Amino acid sequence: MHIPDGFVSTELSVAAFAISGAVAAVALKKAGKDLGEKQVPLLGVTAAFVFAAQMINFPVLGGTSGHFMGAVLASVMLGPLNAFIVMLLVLSIQCLGFADGGLTALGLNVFNMGVVGGIIGYYMFRGILAVSGKSKNGYAFAVGAASWLSIVLASSVCAFEIALSGTAPLKVVLPSMAGVHALIGVGEAVITVSVVSLVAGVRPDMLHKQMSEARA
Amino acid sequence: MEKYGIVTIGLMVALAIAIFASPFASSFPDGLEWVAEKVGFLHLSEEYAAWTKSPVPDYEMPGVGNPAVATALAGLAGTLAVFLAGFGLAKLMKSDKSGGSAA
Repeated sequence: MHIPDGFVSTELSVAAFAISGAVAAVALKKAGKDLGEKQVPLLGVTAAFVFAAQMINFPVLGGTSGHFMGAVLASVMLGPLNAFIVMLLVLSIQCLGFADGGLTALGLNVFNMGVVGGIIGYYMFRGILAVSGKSKNGYAFAVGAASWLSIVLASSVCAFEIALSGTAPLKVVLPSMAGVHALIGVGEAVITVSVVSLVAGVRPDMLHKQMSEARA
Repeated sequence: MEKYGIVTIGLMVALAIAIFASPFASSFPDGLEWVAEKVGFLHLSEEYAAWTKSPVPDYEMPGVGNPAVATALAGLAGTLAVFLAGFGLAKLMKSDKSGGSAA
């Protein structure tokens, strides 16, 4: 769901740069406190994994594809602010280095995947975890459900942005975006649950500190 | 495996995905492109690009004839660049008067 140049209005692009820029300023200042000493290289690895996995488009339905987003994975591993940093970094390098996602839309893409996917995704995960319980299964359910929701929510926000820009009517673009991403989200959930379970099984101390406490 | 074992393994996995799996990625349009095509506004993205200086446009290393190799090299370069940038940024954020309370 990387928005290219041309899909969104200048006003919305500028507003998104302001919002994403403000969140980035806060995150750059505060995210370090949320990062364990051992997690410093892990942030690099998580970002590298998100970048690599985002290259792998898998087919969904006839003629469409989707790829992993990784925002909830990053937030469960590193906390919400560091997940935002991971998405900011990956999206900026994709945009400038690989012409993936428009430069004018970078603020929006960072908002959709960093703020909605990473930060809101994290609190959806915490909310679901409070209900599902902190057993092994409850934890996996919360990770999977939040991953799926993060994709559907981020793509719906993307649809709102396209509609607000006057590019296409909301009643057409919202159901299409949410519908196809409801399928892509299943892939997101499977990958996120697999990776988090793997890390939790081998090195639970590497997970975000509140997560290791939740599992203790 | 001591302190950084999982980090090394994680990076190896990311590199392996970027190098060996990326040439097999689906070339179908992604969710947003598919919707844009269906609804009829995909052409808007083809009219102009604000940034045209990407060293590796569309994940294909320039000057490499074989498209699978070009994609694999793009994946290798991008994954390493993102890892180094992330590691470096995390180091800077951590050393920036955080007091190490989260250690």
